[in-house]
Amino acid sequence: MVRTLYEKLWDAHVVTQAGDKALLYIDRHLLHEVSTPQSFEALREDGLTVRRPETQLAVADHSVPTHDRDGAIADPQAAAQIALLERNCAQFGIEYLALAGEDQGIVHVIGPEQGFTLPGITLVCGDSHTSTHGAFGALAFGVGASECGTAMATQTLWQARAKTLRVTFTGALQPGVSAKDMALTFIGTVGASGATGYAVEYAGDAVEALSMEGRMTLCNMTIEAGARTGLVAPDAKTFAYLKGRPRAPQGDAWEQAVAAWRALPTDPDARFDREIVIDAAAITPQVTFGTSPDQVVPIGATLPSDDKLAKPMRYMGVHTGEAIEGLAIDHAFIGSCTNGRIEDLRAAAAVIRGGHVASGVRALVVPGSMRVKAQAEVEGLDEVFEKAGFEWREPGCSLCVAMNDDRLPAGARCASTSNRNFEGRQGVGARTHLMSPAMVAAAAIAGRIVDVRKVLA
Amino acid sequence: MKAMTQVSGQAISLPDADIDTDIIYPARFLLITEKKGLGRYAFADRRDDPGFPFRVQEDRPILVAGPNFGCGSSREQAPWAIGDLGVRVIIATSFGDIFANNCFRNGILPIQLAPADVQAVRASAEAGKIITVDLVSRTITAAGAPIAFSVPDDQRETLLNGWNDTTRILALHGEDVTAFEAAQQRAAPWLWTTRI
Repeated sequence: MVRTLYEKLWDAHVVTQAGDKALLYIDRHLLHEVSTPQSFEALREDGLTVRRPETQLAVADHSVPTHDRDGAIADPQAAAQIALLERNCAQFGIEYLALAGEDQGIVHVIGPEQGFTLPGITLVCGDSHTSTHGAFGALAFGVGASECGTAMATQTLWQARAKTLRVTFTGALQPGVSAKDMALTFIGTVGASGATGYAVEYAGDAVEALSMEGRMTLCNMTIEAGARTGLVAPDAKTFAYLKGRPRAPQGDAWEQAVAAWRALPTDPDARFDREIVIDAAAITPQVTFGTSPDQVVPIGATLPSDDKLAKPMRYMGVHTGEAIEGLAIDHAFIGSCTNGRIEDLRAAAAVIRGGHVASGVRALVVPGSMRVKAQAEVEGLDEVFEKAGFEWREPGCSLCVAMNDDRLPAGARCASTSNRNFEGRQGVGARTHLMSPAMVAAAAIAGRIVDVRKVLA
Repeated sequence: MKAMTQVSGQAISLPDADIDTDIIYPARFLLITEKKGLGRYAFADRRDDPGFPFRVQEDRPILVAGPNFGCGSSREQAPWAIGDLGVRVIIATSFGDIFANNCFRNGILPIQLAPADVQAVRASAEAGKIITVDLVSRTITAAGAPIAFSVPDDQRETLLNGWNDTTRILALHGEDVTAFEAAQQRAAPWLWTTRI
């Protein structure tokens, strides 16, 4: 029987079936400080232990400061939350990657770079951007805190099988256009709830051509179209990325694993419940203008007229008929689980070309992990950014969730590589425009939203 | 978890589309590591708006929401906070997937209805009428004929009985999980031998 990648992953993890639900075996669980305190508390209340502690990996990312990390954490609430994660992990026998260590970073950056994320596995995390790991051909989805507890105690979760949606990007991307623009184009096409209930598989020449970093960006944003799972079929690039990573299989086990992973891609005649085709060659840099990621336009566009958009556009202080290009910004943020990887930093640095952050603009670069930061420093990217007036920070979620002291004041307008332009996401009353790392770097230099293709031309 | 059979009372109408979990429970309050008493932070950044329908002291157990309610972040603080305000049922044309799942696990019933049916319930909510949601018969009774709704069987049963998912899986499927693990060790040994 022919099957899609999703169906193969699903079938390989069904423990038992009841009605339209399956008890799904969970191979791996990533933990962070925000969604797990209550999960551990539930285990204690029920007198339970963690079934396979060796399949769990914890790191602090959401509430960590991104500067002055040598001393104690200044915010007592954040310090307590991070200390609690450390204590819980020690009590339940789970490995914790220390804040001061060389492996700390955002959960969705460290999973792949540690080789903890592998093709063919199921992976959960109390974070909606867990869809990121689908870039490796893993069935990965975000869950709530109580499901984290269930996964820890039982190594399973009851799940409904999703419908399948294939998004095929044909052709090749134009210069200055990236995976972020593909993601925003898809979300703009289907809407913020357009893929709810589906598992999305990204395919086509433009997806195959993406690096693993690009595929992660694409899968990461899948939740912004409502789907919990985004997938890309594993291929030679996937294997090359993972080979030799600290937690990936080694030696004979590696060969055996790769042989099995080669059978994962969707069979040629497999049927999807829904198909969407997008011409990648026609995609131009995308910029959001509202308070939902589907409120997005190409850089050359003027803002639309629609009664439903009146409220978000009022919040954003933008107007119908106005061009998105030229809109003045006062903040720029490069980082997050969407765009905080080495390739993203390289793309941003390549735009700077001796320029300097515009006067009145505050620009932050927050690497996704300590390993990304170290690599960037080997390449001298930190110097490029600092010389141009960007702040070079320590890894964490930072301005993507604004739980630490990286918060914007009301009315601030930020060009951001993050994933959500929700009201208040970067600070109460702050305004977020989502775009690619190259576009954010160009905006930081110009002091306004510009077309990065013109900068690069 | 608190069991549910029938919920009856006045309803709050919040028709805005795409109310994400950041609006329901702003991120800065995620630094709190408790799950009880979070209602005071619900919709914290909307409370100053005089037209905003939620108040801290609520006695209305039903929320008639807009499309894609609870989209975005997986934070379970969103249903914890709404539940703390006394809401037991949320009715909308669509929900954020993770949010809806989190509701079920916390004794809150998310009901997905066609737009016309949501509109009918909303009219009753705005008129201050008593609305009755019956999980046993799967009907909503407001003004006019009862409206039937569907809900996944397993989640309905869990809500009706107030079951704990974790202990129930361990009690009923412990052997199934052990058997699965033995089979996976043979089929995918690299998932078991590698340093993780």
